Amino acid sequence: MQDDRVIVCEKLTKRFGDFVATNEITFDVHRGEIFGFLGANGAGKTTAMRMLCGLSSPSSGKATIAGFDVYTQTEQIKKHIGYMSQKFSLYENLTVRENIEFFGGIYGLSDERIRSKTAELLQRLGLKSEANKLVASLPLGWKQKLSFSVAVLHEPKIVFLDEPTGGVDPVTRRQFWDMIYEAANSGITVFVTTHYMDEAEYCNRISIMVDGRMEVLDTPANLKSSFHARSMDEVFYQLARGAKRGD
Amino acid sequence: MEAVVVKNLVKTYGKEQTVAVDDVSFSVGRGELFGLIGPDGAGKTSIFRMLTTLLLPDGGSARVDGHDIVKDFRQIRSSVGYMPGKFSLYQDLTIEENLNFFATVFGTTIEENYHLIKDIYVQIEPFKNRRAGKLSGGMKQKLALCCALIHKPTTLFLDEPTTGVDPVSRKEFWEMLGRLKAQQITILVSTPYMDEASLCDRIALIQGGRILSIDTPQNIIEAYPDRLLAVKANEMYRLLKALESHPDVPSSYAFGEYAHATFRHADTRPLEAYLREQGLTGVEVKDAEVTIEDSFIKLLH
Repeated sequence: MQDDRVIVCEKLTKRFGDFVATNEITFDVHRGEIFGFLGANGAGKTTAMRMLCGLSSPSSGKATIAGFDVYTQTEQIKKHIGYMSQKFSLYENLTVRENIEFFGGIYGLSDERIRSKTAELLQRLGLKSEANKLVASLPLGWKQKLSFSVAVLHEPKIVFLDEPTGGVDPVTRRQFWDMIYEAANSGITVFVTTHYMDEAEYCNRISIMVDGRMEVLDTPANLKSSFHARSMDEVFYQLARGAKRGD
Repeated sequence: MEAVVVKNLVKTYGKEQTVAVDDVSFSVGRGELFGLIGPDGAGKTSIFRMLTTLLLPDGGSARVDGHDIVKDFRQIRSSVGYMPGKFSLYQDLTIEENLNFFATVFGTTIEENYHLIKDIYVQIEPFKNRRAGKLSGGMKQKLALCCALIHKPTTLFLDEPTTGVDPVSRKEFWEMLGRLKAQQITILVSTPYMDEASLCDRIALIQGGRILSIDTPQNIIEAYPDRLLAVKANEMYRLLKALESHPDVPSSYAFGEYAHATFRHADTRPLEAYLREQGLTGVEVKDAEVTIEDSFIKLLH
């Protein structure tokens, strides 16, 4: 059988002094999978994500991202992933077009490719008439959609989404998930964190971190049945309530 | 007397006069827990900043505890508590120093109003000598709430206190608000999380600077005009596509493990049959329990 794992993680650990932020997490994520990465504030999600993105060197354990090693091939990792967070996404003082061109350049796409990608994106997002407006003037929902499109501009193997829908209205939030589904259908692996428990239901599998450990990893349906819970909210509550590490 | 009365409030920004708050009116009774529910950019923060006298309105008027927000700003500043969405305490002062500072500025002491903050403060007291800048998000939030309460405000304004906070900590925060309400403090709180609406006495749903609806959460839910179904199948994405193209389903969208769909008929069996014909398995159709989020989506269309 062909190995379709794009994230392979074995006992990955990060220590800051005596503090074990991420404690021996082991898991795999497959091609085209929507993988939900949940946990309370302070559970170690951000630290784990930084290691997976090649931004922080692990203290111990092993991991490969799109086949590249998190210790020795961090530059390769950065080229083969996309990343989007609620906090930093686009340059507000550049226009829509300039942002697309800028990130295309950063990702090393050829001028020709950037031109065709820009045209295609503006068309698909219905942003043609806004192309020369500053990103600052766009409503948040549009910014988030544009920002997601820019994160997958270079057709990465994996895209990391850190709370992509925080503060977005319920309709736009769902449109955003349509984009996630489409990306996953096209073979991009989606690694997503969220505080909306209804969104956890849209993931193929979910992991929940508690105090630095990956406490559970399964499909939403299996998690609900093994915790005798009616909703993911209840599963999360049962797990995170026992957390010792405060936030 | 109402605690807060807002009449036709307007706020515009910049040369282009972008409208942030568009003719907003509402009132909040004394001791009420009132929620402004809406996404980022809806105008929630602008409304709060006008009511706390930090921003001048471009039209309309408002009173807080009977005081005019433009003329009587001094009285309002001394009687209300405000917790901004962005952490705004002194990062270089410790927990205790911050609290002392705010008590002193308002001419009171920690001891005098300790009963108001006790529940919350005991949770951060073990770290009282730690600088505010070194605290975790949850602890900062608790400290900010203590500082907003220490002068015994009549009205408390909490701007998105739970944004970015995990579901467990959010629940705890709302339990704290419930206890404050029992102390007769009027609370105005804003949030982008629709599921928090049911914890308020009354709510205003807001989008694009305009209020879409104001009522008790129960009344807003009961006013939902359509029949709403909860539909389940093994593949959500394909289910949504199938519902979208069904002529008797005017609107449909994902809602947790189910899709919610408005439906024109009494009999749902033809719909079930249609979904199976589309190749979906595990099809389940039942009446949905309408939530505030459904109401909000309906009002946006």
